[in-house]
Amino acid sequence: MLDRRDFIKAQAVAAAAAAGGIGLPAAAQSSLVAGEDTTLKWSKAPCRFCGTGCGVMVATKDNRVVATHGDMQAEVNRGLNCVKGYFLSKILYGQDRLTQPLLRMRDGQYHKEGEFQPVSWDRAFDEMARQWKRVIKEKGPDAVGMFGSGQWTIWEGYAASKLMRGGFCTNNLDPNARHCMASAAVAFIRTFGMDEPMGCYDDFENADAFVLWGSNMAEMHPILWTRITDRRLAHNQVKVAVLSTFEHRSFELADIPMIFTPGTDLAILNYIANHIIQTGRVNREFVESHCNFRLGQTDIGYGLRPESVLEVRAANAKDPTDSKPIDFGAFAKFVSTYTLDYTAELTGVPKERLSALAELYADPKVKVMSLWTMGFNQHVRGVWANHMAYNIHLLTGKISEPGNGPFSLTGQPSACGTAREVGTFAHRLPADMQVTNPTHRAHTEEAWKLPKDLLPAKLGYHAVQMDRMLKDGKLNAFWIMVNNNLQAAPNSANETYPGYRNPDNFIVVSDAYPTVTASAADLILPAAMWVEKEGAYGNAERRTHFWHQLVTAPGEARSDLWQLMEFSKRFTTDEVWPAAVLEANPSYRGKTLFDVLYRNGTVDRFPLSEIDSDYANDEAKHFGFYVQKGLFEEYADFGRGHGHDLAPFDRYHQVRGLRWPVVDGKETRWRYREGHDPFVKTGEGVRFYGNPDGKANIFAFPYEPPAEVPDQEFDLWLVTGRVLEHWHSGSMTMRVPELYKAMPMALVFMHPDDAKARGLRRGSEVKVVSRRGEMITRVETRGRNKPPRGVVFVPWFDSARLINKCTLDATDPISKQTDFKKCAAKIVAV
Amino acid sequence: MRPHHLAALAALPFLVPAMLSAEGAPPLRLDSPFRPPLNFVEQNPAPSIPPDVTDDRRVARNYPEQPPVIPHNVRDYQITLNNNQCLTCHSRRFTEAVQAPMVSITHYVDRDGQTLGAVSPRRYFCMQCHVPQTTAQPIVPNTFKDLDTLVGRPTDRGDRR
Repeated sequence: MLDRRDFIKAQAVAAAAAAGGIGLPAAAQSSLVAGEDTTLKWSKAPCRFCGTGCGVMVATKDNRVVATHGDMQAEVNRGLNCVKGYFLSKILYGQDRLTQPLLRMRDGQYHKEGEFQPVSWDRAFDEMARQWKRVIKEKGPDAVGMFGSGQWTIWEGYAASKLMRGGFCTNNLDPNARHCMASAAVAFIRTFGMDEPMGCYDDFENADAFVLWGSNMAEMHPILWTRITDRRLAHNQVKVAVLSTFEHRSFELADIPMIFTPGTDLAILNYIANHIIQTGRVNREFVESHCNFRLGQTDIGYGLRPESVLEVRAANAKDPTDSKPIDFGAFAKFVSTYTLDYTAELTGVPKERLSALAELYADPKVKVMSLWTMGFNQHVRGVWANHMAYNIHLLTGKISEPGNGPFSLTGQPSACGTAREVGTFAHRLPADMQVTNPTHRAHTEEAWKLPKDLLPAKLGYHAVQMDRMLKDGKLNAFWIMVNNNLQAAPNSANETYPGYRNPDNFIVVSDAYPTVTASAADLILPAAMWVEKEGAYGNAERRTHFWHQLVTAPGEARSDLWQLMEFSKRFTTDEVWPAAVLEANPSYRGKTLFDVLYRNGTVDRFPLSEIDSDYANDEAKHFGFYVQKGLFEEYADFGRGHGHDLAPFDRYHQVRGLRWPVVDGKETRWRYREGHDPFVKTGEGVRFYGNPDGKANIFAFPYEPPAEVPDQEFDLWLVTGRVLEHWHSGSMTMRVPELYKAMPMALVFMHPDDAKARGLRRGSEVKVVSRRGEMITRVETRGRNKPPRGVVFVPWFDSARLINKCTLDATDPISKQTDFKKCAAKIVAV
Repeated sequence: MRPHHLAALAALPFLVPAMLSAEGAPPLRLDSPFRPPLNFVEQNPAPSIPPDVTDDRRVARNYPEQPPVIPHNVRDYQITLNNNQCLTCHSRRFTEAVQAPMVSITHYVDRDGQTLGAVSPRRYFCMQCHVPQTTAQPIVPNTFKDLDTLVGRPTDRGDRR
């Protein structure tokens, strides 16, 4: 090997020679300091990946992103990024970016079994519109659907919601966020009458204890983990408790580590409630003034297909959401069976750790922050788990104040901002309104300047139901945007893939890269991504943040916003609206959906001259008005004046995000608390104003077992999840060489003794097999995840090894969110 | 979907460079544009777990702010509440003895911008940003260009020691 000095010299000579060969001016060859030619344009943007919502600074030069780093001025991360964030510069530049529409063709025509051929946008939309019209004519509006994302920008989700509900007159619109935090969203509404956390990230610098309930923040929310680490290591009184079904990196900081038997977290939560009551530490005054008690429905099934034996056997699978009022005494009696002995026995957690954990909540002097993500939410009793966490914060009054609060983390950059706040779920409208509520529909029709009684009242299909309906031939025209559902959906070989390849169906996938999902589509539309368009996301702490378009998308790739609005031009109201509505409102006849949805006098009211002249805006230029501003302002009006208040559009381009409600220019850090939240009046102290009586609901629920548990044949728990280096399905991060090389394939993490018992060792090639499917990988026994005996962990980022062929499509029956954390599998040698 | 559809895709011009990158590889190996390489239905054998690169040679950064990757073995490195094995070489006072690069001065600054006497606790878990590299070769090449390449200067390879 050359020594280092020689090596450097050799490189410099080689580089100079190479440069000389392409005729570079001699002056540049020796220049190693910044000069005019290296001037960079720096702009702010939120990170493209998780729900943390870090700020990044993005450097551009000659219409390319050349560098990124953590934004010092961003309150969330103050200059830090995780390894994925530091490599954001490269996510735009995977060599296989999609740059033109691809349609399956045979003999010059669309054919379901044809081969993908490049076509023009016109040709692509012609075929797509033909299919949409055919399906709507034959089967009605509920045979078309769209599967969107918590990665949609706010205006993209809003434009999609308008197109599906107000254009095609169906609520068959759901985001992949259904797989991700539907349980959290539903429990927020049922407890507080309003979605999203009351606290914010400022709690990290104020809490004395952090409890991770099914969240590996060290890998999945690394920057928030830096804030917990900072607090823990700099303050000796601070404690960290980490609960999981296997040991992972977050355990490195744990004072109270806890491995529990899958599903038994419910019992731990009830035990803590019982401990608080038994030791006399209920905050009586808080509970009497601010809480109601309810007894929830039990034996509610597992969200499987209705003919499944588990659904038939469940007493209340048809009405899982019911509950009835009870009092404190009845609640206390209900949780009294969750004794320390019973809970330790059921969960497998040592008693001293359980009581140490319970004391963090019970001790009135300890400010405690509970944090959770997929361990709670991807749980057949995920809504219950969320409720039970609120229970222990409400019983002690440890909520809505600095350092004290339950905090539901999100996995996608705009799970809150787009999926929840805009309302791209099958049951939601903007600002927490519901499609089944006639008043809410009427209000929406008015805001959208649409005729009365146009918006559909029928609930749309949720994510898992969409796949089932595609397979069953009831949903036939389907548009998938910004997600990779064939890799992400549960039991995919039996319940997802058949629907995509069903000859009755036409499947469209809009994406930046050729994903597994795209490979099973009939039409692939190339998408602009991240800073190739002007955008807005909403993070987990209610922070809305914006960015400008910084570079041009490659080839003919177009943003989802452009695609949605341009597609709407191909339909007239006469083709898709009910005849009765048009008869009563003849002035809407003959107009395109583009006219009625986006040229309605509100969306198109801001001229191009209002765009910051330092930045391009390809969509606005194309449509002739400032589309993003018009959509945002129309949308923001839904929430203003009643606790969902957003600031004026232009303000967000100036600041590093603001946490709503934003009233008189000021953001809100702790909701429901006098002095912090402008909607709580002087003298009220605390008011959960989302509910008409101003009180939060404490629900009594029992422990119930998971849908599938290991048995003699399928003898291991299979848990799936993520890794630090890859975000979700890896369609972006697997194209960054450094991230790929750091974690190139999904391995099965297992206990060395479990491997040995099967004649395996680290590196053995194995099949992971469940009742539904199998995948082939290698055994890892000494990696960062250390499952106990009886549990294996497999990440799902690897498109060459699809673990979701093995997972079970059981959902929480209330939230319809899949349980990706608990099914039975076996490991066999290949 | 049947395999010949993918064969057709692989022939699309914009995908060809991806094919050429793996010299001597049989067609439609891991270099197919759609991953998994064959199709959703078929299964791929699992390649061996690739070893980490441990040659101790620094790898140039793509831009100065990029956290350098780890060029040495970190297997079983302890980073716990009480111990951080990385800092036993890379913190200021040990660098002379072991000739390891000192962690950047940014790591001595707290959340409020104050410089501390030791590494900031918010920077404690090194591998949130610095990762080892295996010998695995990326399936899809990346066309990111660093600034020096873009402006046609001889690159400093991002390493501004």
